[in-house]
Amino acid sequence: MRVLMSENLRIDLDAEMWECRHCNKVLISARDNYKRGLLVYDRDPREIHKPLLDPEKYTLTYAPDPTWCRLIEYYCPQCGTMMETEYLPPGHPPLRDMEFDIDAMKEQWKHRQEVTKEPGGKDYPRRERAHTGQRMARMHTGENEA
Amino acid sequence: MNDMHATADDQALLDKFLKDNQLFYGPDPEIMGDHDIGPRSADEERLLSGPVDPHLINLVRGRILAALDEGNTMIEQMGAAPGAKWGDIVASIFTASGDLSMIAPHGVVGFAACVHYPIKFIIKYWTDEPTVGVRDGDGFIHNDSRYGGIHSTDQSCIMPVFWQGRLVCWVSCTIHEGETGGCEPGGMPPSAESRYDEGLKMSPFRVVENFELRRDLVTFLQNMVRDPKLQLEDMKVKLHTCLRLRERVLAVLEEFGEDALTVSLRQHIEDVQEEVRRRIEELPDGTTRVLTFPDSTLRENALLKFSLAVTVKGDTMTLDFRGSSPEFMNRAINTNQASLKTMLLTSYLQNVWPDLPQTMAVFGPVKMLFDEKSLVNGSFETPQPMSLIPLFKAMTIPVIPMTKLSYSLPHRYTAVVAPQYDQPGTFIYGGLTQNGENVGNFCADINGNGQGGRSHRDGEHSISPPFAANCDIGEMEVIEEELPIVRLGAFTLAKDRVGFGKYRGGLGYEMIASVRDTGMWGFMTGCTGSLFTPSQPLFGGYGPPVYPLCKIRGVNIFEQLATNPGRIKFDILDLMNGQTVEGGRYSTHPMAMTFELCQQGEVYMMCQGTGSGYGDVLLRDPAGVIKDIQEDLISHETARDIFKIVFDSKTLIVDEAATRAAREAERRSRLQRGKPFDEFVAEFVTPEPPEHLPYYGSWDDPKVIYGTSNGKRIKMPSDDIQSMFMPNPKDVRIAELEAEVAALKAAQRRG
Repeated sequence: MRVLMSENLRIDLDAEMWECRHCNKVLISARDNYKRGLLVYDRDPREIHKPLLDPEKYTLTYAPDPTWCRLIEYYCPQCGTMMETEYLPPGHPPLRDMEFDIDAMKEQWKHRQEVTKEPGGKDYPRRERAHTGQRMARMHTGENEA
Repeated sequence: MNDMHATADDQALLDKFLKDNQLFYGPDPEIMGDHDIGPRSADEERLLSGPVDPHLINLVRGRILAALDEGNTMIEQMGAAPGAKWGDIVASIFTASGDLSMIAPHGVVGFAACVHYPIKFIIKYWTDEPTVGVRDGDGFIHNDSRYGGIHSTDQSCIMPVFWQGRLVCWVSCTIHEGETGGCEPGGMPPSAESRYDEGLKMSPFRVVENFELRRDLVTFLQNMVRDPKLQLEDMKVKLHTCLRLRERVLAVLEEFGEDALTVSLRQHIEDVQEEVRRRIEELPDGTTRVLTFPDSTLRENALLKFSLAVTVKGDTMTLDFRGSSPEFMNRAINTNQASLKTMLLTSYLQNVWPDLPQTMAVFGPVKMLFDEKSLVNGSFETPQPMSLIPLFKAMTIPVIPMTKLSYSLPHRYTAVVAPQYDQPGTFIYGGLTQNGENVGNFCADINGNGQGGRSHRDGEHSISPPFAANCDIGEMEVIEEELPIVRLGAFTLAKDRVGFGKYRGGLGYEMIASVRDTGMWGFMTGCTGSLFTPSQPLFGGYGPPVYPLCKIRGVNIFEQLATNPGRIKFDILDLMNGQTVEGGRYSTHPMAMTFELCQQGEVYMMCQGTGSGYGDVLLRDPAGVIKDIQEDLISHETARDIFKIVFDSKTLIVDEAATRAAREAERRSRLQRGKPFDEFVAEFVTPEPPEHLPYYGSWDDPKVIYGTSNGKRIKMPSDDIQSMFMPNPKDVRIAELEAEVAALKAAQRRG
């Protein structure tokens, strides 16, 4: 049973491992911080958010100040997909952003079918009927307000 | 003396004495700390213990929602405040015990979600107070966020509804009025150094008797603000909206009876809580986290940690804000926990569970944890008129931990979306208009934040404020009739200032403003995010860039436009880089500016920001990149450098093979430059914040909070935080200049 955990990550519940959704690379134990299974790069944020005002003329240029802000990029070690990004002050410990109770998850998924494709990926239709006042009802049905 | 023992009678006497002789009815901690709905009243218990007719409830609910919708439209059509015209309003209904039941379908839920606090205050303190009381025909006013509210610009009219002599429910309506008579015009003074600089701070009090405004009290309030006409007109608007709501509720009571109303209002919120518990229970047990760092107190640059961890276990959810920045005793950016909760609710109802009824009951099953004296749990004396700084974060940032918790679900309640731009990007203004009116308020651009990229498509440009999906950005022509502000560039999307990703954020637009036909006018701005990227991205996208405030001063652009109109292009980058307004003093600043007088023809420029990006830029469809070029959203350079696509500059035809090769090369490059996590941490992480950073909040341990005292860094245990007291930035600057002068003189003496 594999469970999709993000655009880029899934957990193999049987093997208890984090995996890359793009190249199937097995990254690290699902009980561990998935970031420990990735490659990390400390980027000067000005390389992405480039100065758009002339740095010779102005101190602020639309580019973050690299002495205040670093752009941390996380890559899959096999396919090089950027799995996660994080803006941090220089020297700040990276955040453990996802930490799950794998035993509880196994129990939960005993009663579910495996999902192989993210169930979203669409615009949600407005409800055709709504008990939300006439104006909203008109909006929902697409009727002209006039 | 230590062996004194009070008898039960003595204690009862003492308690009564203290109750009868309370010196000051400040915000009640018991009310303000409780965001859940109260227990069922005896009537509710009786009615809900028996059979309930769902069809009847549905009928009553439909009638009430239609009435609220009508009320909201009344405010929108009649309201004088700029905010009222753009939808910064709500009409709502509460149970007899003061729990929020329903709001107008396109109203601002956060406004309503905080009004249960003042209603519960009125019930607790004024009902039995012989000098006040609560009677049919009464109306109460309130704006102080410490008694419940977002900030003091938002004024509410609250009215009890009686039926056959019994109080059966409460109705209210709220408008972002703007002007409050604070130390700067417009109601959101960034220079407020104490709560006494905020202007009007209305604890809930009766201002309506026998369904009419008390003119003596209205005059008192008018006398306290810069815009007395606005104060009067919108008090009337709110009163008459409440009266219409009352009329509609009475019609429901006549037709269906009191029991039907009581059971409908209560069942509605109990159903919501049951559904929220079910939704929490289906999430995986675990913790997801997010950090964000506002970079300013609006008076000085400072890096303020905002930390949120969401933990799910079974059917309980806990939002943990501990480890965030300490509060500031003399800065305007604090918020209290009740305000924060209402804005968190906005985030959940806009981006996580938008299909749920819009009511505070959603948060009943959710626990929240704060440090005392933290920026997000500010104490009573802290100034809070620019609470929007932490509150805008609260409205946007929860989508990251909530998406990471809910991504695995086999179904969706809404689209997965990266955070919206999270700054109140707008000009706040004050002065004398061309029509001779004294005003102070803000521009509707606050409602134009770019949306984040979604899991299946790009974010919408400048779509709405994060606090309400239904607000509008107003009509410039209408605004220019009332105000001397001239928008030289308006609603042009800010090219290349994009949250890049597989699906990019929607862009924000440029605001280029000047003034004419007035000798007394000024602007201020209250945003962070000029040094540190404001919003965090999602799943490998990039966040927004940072945004400065740009100025061209010492020149009248209208004179140059009269003589040479073709020379000046209304584009911030062109104006600033080309310096096309001759003789001007050009400068950039953080987007945090206290009130500053603007001379006729001087130019002030800022941007609404982009939403964050979703997913890896290398996964973006090249066709989407080319479309962005065609729509002038990004440059050719951005397409090549960031998205790594290869195309013909003239025809914009993509070379697919070369693009694949360029992207493959970039992936190889990532593998070469990336380091294993443990190695990276060993090199990157420092035991404490770098010396050069004015840093506030925890670092690696949430129980140790960093701050400053007298300009020097200090460390505090999180259970014993001391409030920050910042030096006056002008004193700091004077000290710097004095040191410079002393050094120069010393050098001079040395020859």
